Amino acid sequence: MKKLIAVALVIVMCLSLMPAAFAADDVIKVGVVNNPPSESGYREANVNDFINVFTKENGYDASFFYSIKNDEQLSAARQFITDGVDYLLISAAETTGWDAVLKDAQEAGIGVFLFDRMIDCDPALFEAAVVSDMAKEGETAVGWLLDQKLDTYNVIHIQGAMGSDAQLGRTGALDEQFASGKMTKVVQQTATWDEAEAKKIVESVINSGDAFNVIYAENDGMAKGAVAALDEAGITHGVDKDVIVMGFDCNKWALRELQAGNWNYDGQCSPFQAQVISDMIHVLEAGGTIEGLNESKQVISVEKGFDARTITEEDILTYGLGEDVTVG
Amino acid sequence: MNKNKRGGLSRYSQLLVPLIAILVLVIFNLIRDPSFFSVGLTANNNGDPVLQGNLISILNGASELVILSMGMTLVTAACGGQDISVGALAAIAGSVFVKVLKSGGSISPLLVLGGFLMCCAVAMVFGAFNGSLVAFFNIQPMIATLILFTCGRSIAYWINGGATPTVASPIINAIGSFIPGVPIPTPILIVLLMGGLFALLFRFTTLGLYIQSVGINQSAARLNGINAVGIKLLSFVILGVCCAVAGMIGVSRLGLINHETLLINIEMDAILAVAIGGNNLGGGKFKMIGSVLGAYAIQALTITLYAMKVPSTDVKAYKAVVIVLLVVMGSPVVKEAADRVTKRIRAARRSGTEKEAA
Amino acid sequence: MKEDIVLTMRGICKIFPGVMALNDVDFTLRKGEIHALMGENGAGKSTLIKVLTGVYPKDAGEIRVDGVEEAITIRSPQEAQNYGISTVYQEISLCPNLTVAENMFIGRTKGGTVNWKAMEKRAGELLDSLGIPARPRQQLSNCSLAVQQMVAIARAVDTDCKVLILDEPTSSLDDKEVEMLFRLMRDLKARGVGIIFVTHFLEQVYEVSDRITVLRNGELVGEFEVEKLPQVQLVAMMIGRELENLSVIKKENPSAAAKKEVRYEAKQLSSTESRPFDFYIGKGEVNGFTGLLGSGRSESVRAIFGADPVTGGEVTMEGKKVRITKPLDAMKNGIGYLPEDRKRDGIIADLSVRDNIILALQVLRGMGHPISRAKAEAFADEYIKALVIKTASTETPIGSLSGGNQQKVILARWLLTHPKYLILDEPTRGIDVGTKTEIQKLVLKLAEEGMSVTFISSEIEEMLRTCSRLIVMRDRNIVGELTGDELTQSHVMHTIAGGGGESE
Repeated sequence: MKKLIAVALVIVMCLSLMPAAFAADDVIKVGVVNNPPSESGYREANVNDFINVFTKENGYDASFFYSIKNDEQLSAARQFITDGVDYLLISAAETTGWDAVLKDAQEAGIGVFLFDRMIDCDPALFEAAVVSDMAKEGETAVGWLLDQKLDTYNVIHIQGAMGSDAQLGRTGALDEQFASGKMTKVVQQTATWDEAEAKKIVESVINSGDAFNVIYAENDGMAKGAVAALDEAGITHGVDKDVIVMGFDCNKWALRELQAGNWNYDGQCSPFQAQVISDMIHVLEAGGTIEGLNESKQVISVEKGFDARTITEEDILTYGLGEDVTVG
Repeated sequence: MNKNKRGGLSRYSQLLVPLIAILVLVIFNLIRDPSFFSVGLTANNNGDPVLQGNLISILNGASELVILSMGMTLVTAACGGQDISVGALAAIAGSVFVKVLKSGGSISPLLVLGGFLMCCAVAMVFGAFNGSLVAFFNIQPMIATLILFTCGRSIAYWINGGATPTVASPIINAIGSFIPGVPIPTPILIVLLMGGLFALLFRFTTLGLYIQSVGINQSAARLNGINAVGIKLLSFVILGVCCAVAGMIGVSRLGLINHETLLINIEMDAILAVAIGGNNLGGGKFKMIGSVLGAYAIQALTITLYAMKVPSTDVKAYKAVVIVLLVVMGSPVVKEAADRVTKRIRAARRSGTEKEAA
Repeated sequence: MKEDIVLTMRGICKIFPGVMALNDVDFTLRKGEIHALMGENGAGKSTLIKVLTGVYPKDAGEIRVDGVEEAITIRSPQEAQNYGISTVYQEISLCPNLTVAENMFIGRTKGGTVNWKAMEKRAGELLDSLGIPARPRQQLSNCSLAVQQMVAIARAVDTDCKVLILDEPTSSLDDKEVEMLFRLMRDLKARGVGIIFVTHFLEQVYEVSDRITVLRNGELVGEFEVEKLPQVQLVAMMIGRELENLSVIKKENPSAAAKKEVRYEAKQLSSTESRPFDFYIGKGEVNGFTGLLGSGRSESVRAIFGADPVTGGEVTMEGKKVRITKPLDAMKNGIGYLPEDRKRDGIIADLSVRDNIILALQVLRGMGHPISRAKAEAFADEYIKALVIKTASTETPIGSLSGGNQQKVILARWLLTHPKYLILDEPTRGIDVGTKTEIQKLVLKLAEEGMSVTFISSEIEEMLRTCSRLIVMRDRNIVGELTGDELTQSHVMHTIAGGGGESE
């Protein structure tokens, strides 16, 4: 009797394994190494984007791993290689330490795509890197601001955490304007992405009585903090008001502020890299090569900037991140 | 009589450092800008009259820190260690608050009250968790609270499941900003309320005596019938309530919670406030008013640096210099030296008057 | 400076705010002598030692040591050591988790490198030569208190020490250990070290010292050779009046006590620290637990008070069955407990005398019923007066009081709760003769008023004077109960030692 059960069990196990074994031929096995969604609203959207694109319906068998620790990411990547994935998609926690793993992947014939974050390594080790160009985000925003053709530009510049990619990129373009004298720096201070701190910075400018007509906050939260300070001081802001308010990241609630005319501009930082990568994988699977890549193999995400005067409901639903505003 | 008087004065000598710090900042700012502390009445964008000025900014901005340092004082005194998870716990509490607000369609005063009670309850449970690690298992407070410090913000994220949920309501605005018609920022009023509650607590219960007894000599306190474990636990639960209030204010200020940045690093400032307030970080005797003054001194420093438009990259360095000075000022070595100098002056004066009398 | 003199202090003054702690005090120490420094608590012994070791700066006077031409100023214990003045304190200030050798040489190695072998060899030689029963590689915490103390002394002696200060070295040692220490002291004396011996034990002074310097109220009473100063006269000098004959304290008639109703009774009471035992005490009775250190006498009373987790037994209070598992239970049943270790279990050092006095009463009243400031002040004043507690004000932290006065504050704390049954574990340890007598008298007076008191003391004499019934313990068991005529020193000794009590 016992023997019978054992045999039955073995048969059941074999049967249950078979579909997977057969499936390997017609689905594309993908391992995704990313940062955890709790990191930020941006990351949450990014994670969801990959989950939504690399589905069974689209012909993928995708496994996901999330960690903010580089070494955990590295061992997860090794595990994916051992598991025999076809493609490895990586948003690395740190830019270094990946050479060995990427070489292993190459030797195993696994195609590697980097997304969102670059890795310091020989571009030969990966197929392509789909990343944002933070500096370009800043240039787009500053370009928009110059287009407003204000008589004077007295800017309160609220920075993100000093040294972060986003801060460096979004600060660069504005610093050029300050240096050229086209715009005047009223204050340039870091709120380290903290909304409440941003409010305090703007409060202190208001208290000092310095004149300003632009608030350039390097993310939506800090812009919201700045606006709260304006509201308390009775200073109007938004379309055709006293102060121009600019933010980044395109959270849905921030775009709603644009829609209501309370803010003027929001710059996108696209978390949507999955479709681009999926398209490239299909090219490779069809036996083709990815064309139009430069030496660094970087594919820059297309990123927009939204103007309160032209934003549409569709824009908000398409490009807005996170949950929509519930009005209480 | 004379002796008693001196004893009475020296009881407050620990407040000297935070008071001097505040005084120096006040003088410095007045020299830099004589109108620095002027307070004006303006109308906000809702048309309500509100008070405005750096003084208000300091008092208002320090609210969360003041409330947390009140609770931190108790934990420090009773357990001889600090809770480093207050920022994370405030984020959890804030997250619970937001969750409740978003649960029921429109935001009614009752829902807000329910949200507050709920976030208090959750924060008290987490406080009790920290407290039981410290009280029952005798784990060092910093190590015990390291657990929540590490995972607290993830828990906060998990409660709402979104990165920066927003809530918009006039009631929330009234809590975090101004009550229509009342020109004083509500967080300042909440601080006053909390201060009043603590004053009543110390006036009408023996909590202060018990906490100090446990903090100074747990064994002796136990042999005098004090439930030392219970007192330690209680101090953490009270700190939990403080975290809930701070979290609620933090969320209400902007009607938004960012789990990663809400009251980030505030635990260090709260501990610092306790230390600047002249309280022994090793536990024992405490003066809550010292911590409160310490908290305002820290906030005054921050606002001063903003007003001076110190470059972003240098802010931390400036803060560090001032804080080193404050901590050194409050150190036993400097205190002893100061004591010696005052004694000598006193003696000199006494011999002087004696000579005159002769 | 004369050939054989190693240390002279002349006209030393030390003023604390409002108090003249030392007033024109002289002190001379000769080579190879053991010199006892005697005085009641607050007489200035500790202050003098602290001036000598650089803990306090002196306000006037001069200090000279052998080998230095001019008068010296000592600013820190380190400087004192450089002049050859070493101290071993009452509380041993070594590191229990290091080895004996490490403790002897820690902080004294040159250039940051350690030659472990040489260090252990040197330590071994030193321990041998001083006859200290410890091995260099033994962890210090594994040694007995006495040996730890001796290691501390060895460490002090090894730093080319001319003057060795022993501050209450015997207060936590048993007789055998004291004898061991005395042997070491005599050995050091033979090597020419001058030893300053601070103690409360009169017998020990007479056993080991050559000279005695007596202080009272911060002033020098005199310096005497031991042979020429009878014990009674010494005590009289210390307390500043002719000594009342202590033994005349009137003790109640033991047969009367036996008839009194039982106030507290325990049957097979046990705690995590004590074995099951039976015990009772009558109304107005004073009884005591006696036995050697570690015999379980303190553990027994701790079980009565619920200080250690109670594991079994039945307790009745005035005939009613009660449950006492934690101190608060005992307090609610009218039991008070003055613990053996005042510093560890008694005082809340940083709190004021007032708060320390009201603490137990306050706890009994409950968290929601604080005693008002005015009332607390009144209570404190009352007991400060009643027990003659020497303190600058009710606001003074108890930690800054002398040991005897701290003990009185703890006593006041319990008296304020008006207990029916008061347990006093070593209430007179480390306390001067005058206060000792006061406490003994107080105990008898309280008993007369109907309070039951259990009294524990290492000094059998003291117990014989106060207790009408003695419970003798050996090896954590009760081995005898003595009353009436059995209450003699030799009887108690024999019972403690085993098998002797009945035979005489």
